[in-house]
Amino acid sequence: MTILETKVALRINGEAVEVPAGTSIHKACESAGIDTPTLCWAENLTPVNVCRVCVVEVEGSRALVPSCARPAEEGMVVETDSERVRHSRKMVLEFLGSGVNLEQAPELHEWMQRYGAEPERYDQYEMPAVRMGDAPKIQDNLFIRDYDQCVLCYKCVSACGDDAQHSFAIAVSGRGFGARISTEYDTPLPDSACVYCGNCIGVCPTGAIQFKTEFDLRAADDWRPDDQDVTRTICSYCGVGCNLELHTQDEKIIKVTSPSDHSVTNGHLCIKGRFGWQYVQPDEPPLNA
Amino acid sequence: MADLYISEDTADAAEIAAVDAALGGRFVVLHESERLVRAGTAKRHGHRHLLLPALHALQNAKGWISPGGLNHVCEALQVPPAEAYGVATFYEMFRVEEPGHAGDVTHVCVDAACQIAGSAEKIAELKASGGNVHESPCLGQCEKAPAIFVQGVAGPDSVPADSEPLQFHQQGDSSLRLLKRIGVVDATSLDSYREQGGYEAMEAAVAMGAEAVCTAVADSGLSGRGGAAFPTGIKWRAVAAEQGRPKHVVANCDESEPGTFKDRFVMENDPFSLIEALTVAGFATGAENGWIYIRGEYPLATARLENAIAQCREAGLLGGNAAGSGHPFDIELRRGAGAYICGEETALFASLEGFRGEPRSKPPFPTTHGLFQEPTAINNPETLLNALDILLIGAEEYRSRGTERSPGTKLLCLSGQIAKPGVYEVEFGTTLDQVIDLAGGLTGNGELAAILMGGAAGSFVGPDALDMPLTLEDTRERETTLGSGVIMPFTTEIDMVDVLVRISAFFRNESCGQCVPCRVGTVRQNETMVQLQRTGSLTSERLALVDDIAQVMVDASICGLGHTAASAINSAIALGLVPGAARGSGES
Repeated sequence: MTILETKVALRINGEAVEVPAGTSIHKACESAGIDTPTLCWAENLTPVNVCRVCVVEVEGSRALVPSCARPAEEGMVVETDSERVRHSRKMVLEFLGSGVNLEQAPELHEWMQRYGAEPERYDQYEMPAVRMGDAPKIQDNLFIRDYDQCVLCYKCVSACGDDAQHSFAIAVSGRGFGARISTEYDTPLPDSACVYCGNCIGVCPTGAIQFKTEFDLRAADDWRPDDQDVTRTICSYCGVGCNLELHTQDEKIIKVTSPSDHSVTNGHLCIKGRFGWQYVQPDEPPLNA
Repeated sequence: MADLYISEDTADAAEIAAVDAALGGRFVVLHESERLVRAGTAKRHGHRHLLLPALHALQNAKGWISPGGLNHVCEALQVPPAEAYGVATFYEMFRVEEPGHAGDVTHVCVDAACQIAGSAEKIAELKASGGNVHESPCLGQCEKAPAIFVQGVAGPDSVPADSEPLQFHQQGDSSLRLLKRIGVVDATSLDSYREQGGYEAMEAAVAMGAEAVCTAVADSGLSGRGGAAFPTGIKWRAVAAEQGRPKHVVANCDESEPGTFKDRFVMENDPFSLIEALTVAGFATGAENGWIYIRGEYPLATARLENAIAQCREAGLLGGNAAGSGHPFDIELRRGAGAYICGEETALFASLEGFRGEPRSKPPFPTTHGLFQEPTAINNPETLLNALDILLIGAEEYRSRGTERSPGTKLLCLSGQIAKPGVYEVEFGTTLDQVIDLAGGLTGNGELAAILMGGAAGSFVGPDALDMPLTLEDTRERETTLGSGVIMPFTTEIDMVDVLVRISAFFRNESCGQCVPCRVGTVRQNETMVQLQRTGSLTSERLALVDDIAQVMVDASICGLGHTAASAINSAIALGLVPGAARGSGES
């Protein structure tokens, strides 16, 4: 069967680009070889367009447009590297850098360099409002949440909710600069609706949610990305066939992810695939200790 | 139950009674219902628009929203507790921790008009007498500054100033169109409203047909009075053209722009006119569902509207054959809970649907994807009132007032250093100094320094703008705005830096927090203003930072709040009201 596909033609940075109707500007840019930074968009989640790092200039639009959420339209004229676009990207990254601990987000540092973000500009205030200072939430042996590293991209909320797990254990609470990802009344995760699928870890771009194993290794100054391997395999627990990526260091599994482009998982796993690997390394303490 | 995880905390009898009363028994909790999984999402959304009324009930019952109370609501409406908590913590009027103080909460406004009228002293006085005092953003009573709103616990909310007699300086003026019934009509009586010409416009609408109503409104040149000035006729026609899905008309009565109180004034004193106007809008657009979303701090307007809706239902003006139109139409009233952002139309939809009041990206626009993602015409009450006048006198006669590009009249909210603060109705094209004269001129001993136009999201103009005709085109040409009709003069007696600090704090507090430019930008902007206050001047380096922050908020924010959050400060710098902040010529 042939699927008839409507195409739309647009111009990006002066170049003619043709993409299937319904393609986002972000994807259209990608097809034109233009790398567009984004924090809150992911292949396996519905766009929420909140981070505003991916904004582009669209002719006829007064404000800049989030490329992740806006479909490309016939005749659209898009600029991805104009002065306005560069300014907005620089400022958004600068704002995040001035208030969030981004130590574990190397990609963000690259973008900050690309756009000339200077988060230290805000140090001139005697008391700039920052998030730093909350202790990491360590409530079990599976994963930790360190909201000092949270850029409020909503990805974990989407993955916990409608986009993947439908557990709705976490949501955004509060308002404005005081907004936080939280369970109801900040209830500890073990007492919440959380089912420990770990899909929030899988989508977090800054390390705000991470495996306890990773957290402990980092705390011990023993987190060595250069010494880590990733081995792709299939989860052995049931017949669904979820693909796993086992991250190992010193021949021990330190975390498990799933490829977001895999047709079975779309990057999401359940508690067994995500955390049920202790039996292959019986010398390690069990996670439920 | 079902697929929701609910903790063991349970509601007490008072909470259960309050919630059940708010939900009106319309949604029965089925504890034995089947496991819902995906269908659960749809089912939850089906009931979810009752979340805000239920949270109001809990807050009022105990003075806070307890975990057990929240669980009860979550079970009844099938909302996940984490999400309901996220909604509860979004609003100024809700508490999720047991308050140290028992009893009513007294909210005192600290925004510009009240700030210069001594709200700080009022707060100190109330605190000294042991009150449970909360500093509030604009309460929409700027003509009675400093404004106070008392949030009741196990009793009704109240506004002390509501017991004062009506202050309407234009009463008896025969040129009034929108305010002609104010002070004349009995605001609690449908009969009185009809004696004063009420429902004649609706009769005219039914006689001419829906399409002709849209045509008349389009021909009149009426544009939205909430601030954005979008042509009303185009909006109504777009909704009228949508077929096959439920449609809605919404009156955006979440009047929260600092300095704005015109809608409250109309709703309190001529509430039936809004009911009639919304019915006309429903008839014209073919929408069966009318909604009034009113800010939570307007208890009198809420009571008057609820009474008006009840009387209109009783009289058959709402219901299966609304006002003899052959068209079903009814209105539900919903109270906000203290969030400026919910005046933004898509945030209002989210709030009404029972979600956090976070704006959505446009497009798609409300006319196709509005309330519940269905076609929606959302209008400011003042806009709706104009439609009545257009139907009564015809588009041509309507256009005889105002100017070619700004036809009709405009409600203005005068407050600040003005002798007779209040709501005034003038023809478009009246000049700024004429309006100030109408309101008795300036007070105080200083010279006029600046006038805030359009509220905190508007901009300051200097004394040289006094000859400016108040029209959409003239204000645009002078790079200012009529916005929601705020005109707030300040004299040289006032320290403008203090005013700017407060305006920047307002946006910092009212940003929903969704997008980075506004969430962080409003904070950084406020910090620069606080630093300016402390050091007495803005260095060129800091001025550059202020401009950089403004630019990203304008360019990259999701909604109008971020787009306008730097506007007033920008204009103050351009006018030279900020010490040491001189921009090079050619910049503004």
